[in-house]
Amino acid sequence: MFKDIFIDHYIYLSVVLFCIGIVGVLTRRNAIVLFMSVELMLNAVNLLLVAFSSKFGDASGQVFVFFIMTVAAAEVAVGLAIIVMLFRNTQSIDIGTSNRLKS
Amino acid sequence: MSFTTAIFFFLAFVAIFCAILVITSKNPVYSCLYLVLTMFCIAGNYVLLNAQFLAVVQLIVYAGAIMVLFLFTIMLLNLNNDSEKHKSLLLKFLGAIGGGTILLAVVIALKKTTLDAAPMVIPNTTQVGMIENLGKFLFTDYVFPFEAISLMILAAMIGAVVLGKRDKKGINEETTTPIS
Repeated sequence: MFKDIFIDHYIYLSVVLFCIGIVGVLTRRNAIVLFMSVELMLNAVNLLLVAFSSKFGDASGQVFVFFIMTVAAAEVAVGLAIIVMLFRNTQSIDIGTSNRLKS
Repeated sequence: MSFTTAIFFFLAFVAIFCAILVITSKNPVYSCLYLVLTMFCIAGNYVLLNAQFLAVVQLIVYAGAIMVLFLFTIMLLNLNNDSEKHKSLLLKFLGAIGGGTILLAVVIALKKTTLDAAPMVIPNTTQVGMIENLGKFLFTDYVFPFEAISLMILAAMIGAVVLGKRDKKGINEETTTPIS
């Protein structure tokens, strides 16, 4: 069973990483750790895309991963700017306090 | 077990271990450093899959740029360790149950499907992941998405600068009446 690597191994690895990301988003309140969990989920998907692209010899999957990385970089830049704004306004990055932004 | 298989399992276990530590560490700085380790393991997997270009981009973008951004933000905010209020244990439990259920559902679905039984060739010898091949794809078939994504990066950059700028009104409010 452990002699060769099958596509299953990559699928399981990606699913486990993705679910760890989901649990992180659901259980943490720190906005920065939340963002890291989202990054983890994005990376799990990237890994699976590269594995399938490598298996079928198709470069489209890797081009998509390239685009996903770009989107992730942009998302982190804007998201962290929003977190800094949130911290300036509420002195906390707990996502539970973001309802104070209403007033 | 061949050498490459051993490397795959080593990288996989380190990645999962560090990913768990990312979401369990109390200190966000430790979370960030464990995330860097996870990214390194994923980059190692890309090398195993012969996607060298993506491995290098992964190291530069994630382990370089994004992690520096995270660390700088954490340091800028100057958080105390006890700044994170504890979510109730019930909610944490429910979150873990939710994630575990999704994991279980996907694993069961995978067990019921028949996947291509041929083992992956590792290390892969196809030239798909080489920068030359990817560059050809990027500038012929995917040239419009490529240009669109450059515009999106520009928009994100402007957005981050505008969001991060503190206006005069904000400074006055902050210095006089800090909202607790």
